[in-house]
Amino acid sequence: MGSVAAIAFLAGLCVLLAAVLSAAHRAFYVWEDPRIDAVTDMLPGANCGACGLPGCRAFAERVVGGEIQPGQCTVGGPDTAGQVAGFLGIETGSLERRVARLLCAGGTDVAHHAAAYEGYSSCRAAATIGGGFKGCTFGCLGLADCEVSCTFDAIKMSSNGLPVVDLEACTACGDCVDACPKDLFEIMPARRRLIVQCRSLLEGEEALAECRVACTACARCVADAPEGLLTMERGIPVMNLDREDRETSLATLRCPTGAIVWLEGQQFPELREEHHAV
Amino acid sequence: MSWASARTFRHGVHPGDFKELTRNLPVERVAFPDVLTLPLSQHLGAPSVPVVSPGDCVRRGQLIADSGGYVSSRLHAPCSGTVRSVGPAHHASGKLVDAITIDRDRASAQKLQAMRPGDWRTQSREEIVAQVAAGGFVGLGGAAFPTHVKLTPPEGKHARFFIVNAAECEPYLNSDYRILLERTDAVIEGIKVLLKALGSEKAFVGTEDNKADAATLLRERLPPDLPVEVLVFETKYPQGAEKMLIDAVLHREVPAGRLPIDAHVVVNNVGTVAGIGNMYLRGEPLIERVVTVTGPGIRDPRNLLVPVGTSLQHVIDHCGGIHPETRQILFGGPMMGQAQRFLDVPVMKGTSGILFLTDQEVVERQEYACIKCLRCVDACPVYLNPSRLGALAKSRLYEDMLDHHIMNCMECASCSFVCPSNIPLVQRFRVAKGLLKEQAARERAREVAT
Repeated sequence: MGSVAAIAFLAGLCVLLAAVLSAAHRAFYVWEDPRIDAVTDMLPGANCGACGLPGCRAFAERVVGGEIQPGQCTVGGPDTAGQVAGFLGIETGSLERRVARLLCAGGTDVAHHAAAYEGYSSCRAAATIGGGFKGCTFGCLGLADCEVSCTFDAIKMSSNGLPVVDLEACTACGDCVDACPKDLFEIMPARRRLIVQCRSLLEGEEALAECRVACTACARCVADAPEGLLTMERGIPVMNLDREDRETSLATLRCPTGAIVWLEGQQFPELREEHHAV
Repeated sequence: MSWASARTFRHGVHPGDFKELTRNLPVERVAFPDVLTLPLSQHLGAPSVPVVSPGDCVRRGQLIADSGGYVSSRLHAPCSGTVRSVGPAHHASGKLVDAITIDRDRASAQKLQAMRPGDWRTQSREEIVAQVAAGGFVGLGGAAFPTHVKLTPPEGKHARFFIVNAAECEPYLNSDYRILLERTDAVIEGIKVLLKALGSEKAFVGTEDNKADAATLLRERLPPDLPVEVLVFETKYPQGAEKMLIDAVLHREVPAGRLPIDAHVVVNNVGTVAGIGNMYLRGEPLIERVVTVTGPGIRDPRNLLVPVGTSLQHVIDHCGGIHPETRQILFGGPMMGQAQRFLDVPVMKGTSGILFLTDQEVVERQEYACIKCLRCVDACPVYLNPSRLGALAKSRLYEDMLDHHIMNCMECASCSFVCPSNIPLVQRFRVAKGLLKEQAARERAREVAT
C-alpha cells in the first residue's frame, strides 16, 4: 500500500512540475531568428576576434541584424562571405583581403647582436630586460612570440630568426600584432606592394651600425616616388594612404640598404622556401 | 640585541648578502667624465623639458631641464661645460630616450652654482616642498618617484609617520649604508626638514642588522629632542620594499592597490633624505649620487660618488676595468637589477649600484616540473600563490591570472630565488603583466573610441 502511495505521489509531482515548466516555457519564450544559427554554422568557428567581435556567434547576430556585412569576416574569405550573403540575400560587402606584414628584415645574418640573452625564451621577456639583446632597439627579437600566438599556424620562424607569414594561411586576425612587444606587425591590404621593412628611428651611420638592412632615413625613396606618395616621419618613409593607388616600384630602386621593398606577394620568399623544403 | 628590537614583515627570503666587497670602503669621488649624457626620463612620470639648447654654456648646478608636468622632475647640470646636443641616446631601460649631452669644460674648477633654498625653519610646508621640487629630487632607492609628489599628501590625508628607508635589502649594495655612516649630518638635517614638510609626529629609520653599526652611530648623533626612532630588523629580502618596511616598522598592512599615505605613512630612501639635507646645508641640487660598484667581475669594487650622466664605461675605467669572465652587468642589485647591453648608458638618479657578475654566478639552469613544495608561497611578501600563477602563465592563461591577483606582484623575484625546480616564475609574471597592461590599455582606447 505504502509503495503505491509513493509512486502515485511522485507521478503527481512529475505532472505538476511538467505543467509549471511548460507554462514557464510559454511565458518566458524569447524568439530568436533561426538564421543566426544557420549563419553561425557557415562561419569558420575559429572565434578569433579578427572582426572585432567576441566570437563567431556575435558576428552572425550582427550580420543577420544587418549591422555589418559578411565580408568583414576575413578568416572565411570570399567563399564563406558569398555563402552567407546568398543565404541572407544581402550584399557581400568589403572583401579586401588583408594580411599581416612584418616591418623588420633584420635577421640574425644582417643585424648586430649587442648581448647574449640566456633567460626565458620569449620576446616579451627579453624585451623587458633592457629592451632585448639586439643592437637595434626596434627590431625583431626572433624568439617566436608571434609564432606561438598564431591560431592558424600561419607564422613560422626561419633559420635567421625572422617570422615568415604564410600569405595563404594568414587571416588578418591580429593576434601577432598584439603578441609582438616591438609592434612590428601591421595588418594591411594584401595588394599593397610598397613596404618599409624597418622601424628604426636611428638615422644614417648609427642605423647601419646596428643592422645592414636598416632604413638610414636618406629619403631617396621619397624623392623617387610620385609626389605625395611617401613622406618622412621620424626617420621612416610613411605611405600616404590617399595616394595609395599611385604606388610604384620606382621608390625602391635607389634604396641603399633595401629597407623599402616592392613585394610581389610573399614577404621573405627565400626564407619561406626553407619550410617547404623540410 | 638587535634581533629583539622589532618583529619584521612576514615571508621574504634570505639571500647571501655579499656586502663585504665594498662594506668598509669610504665613498670616493669619481673624476668628472669628458661627456655626460642626461636622459630626460630618469624618473617616473612625464619626461623633463629641456631649457637649454645645443651650444649653450652651463654651470655645475644650473637648471637644464624643467619638469614636464606635476609628476615629473627637474634636471641640473652635474658639471660645467657646453651643451652638445639634445637627442636620442641609450637609456638603461634599453629604449632610445631623448637626452641632453654636455661636453665638460676642462678648464673649469667645477665650482657649484649653489641653490638658495633658504632656511627651512622659517619656511611653510608648501615652500619646503617647492624647494624639494626645485632641487630635482626623486626616490634614490631605484624607482625614482618624484619626491615632491610624495611630500604632498592628497586632500584629507595626513602622514602621521615618516619612515626613512635604510634597509638596503638587495645583496651586494652598500650605498645607503655608506650614506648613513658618512653623511650622518645630512641625514639628520633631512629628517628634520621632512618632519616639518610632512607635519608628521614621529620619524622612524628602518635598517637591517647587517648595518647595526650605522644605526648605533645615527642613534648617538641624533639630537635627543627629535622624535626619531632607529629600528634594526633581521636582514631579510625584500625589507626595502615600501610596504614591507611599513609592516616591519608599524605593523600596519597597506592594502593592495593603495598607497602608503592611506596608512598615514610616507617612506623615503635615506639617500633622498640625505640629498634634501644636503640641499639645505650646502645648496646642492640632485646632481650626483652614491653608487656601489661591486661584484666579482670588477677589478676594484668601490663606493663612488658619481655625477648623474656619467657613462658606465667611465665608471668601469675608474674601477680598473672588468675581468674577462664577466658575463652580466646589472644596474641595481642582483634580485631586481636591470641587465645592460651597452657600455655608453649613463648612471641615472635611480642607479643605486652597478653589479658585475661572472660565469660563476650567471649559470643557465634547467627548468623542472613544479613539485608543489610551496616554498614560493612562503616566500611571497604580498601573499600571492606563485606556484599557481606560474602554472597559469606557462599555459598562457593570462586573464585567469588576474583572478589570482597577479597585478599585486611587485616582481621582487623571491619566488624564482627559492624555487628548487628553477622555474622562471617572476620572468613569466613580468611577461604576463606586460601583456595584461597592454590589453587593458587597448580596451580603454576602444572604449574612448566608441
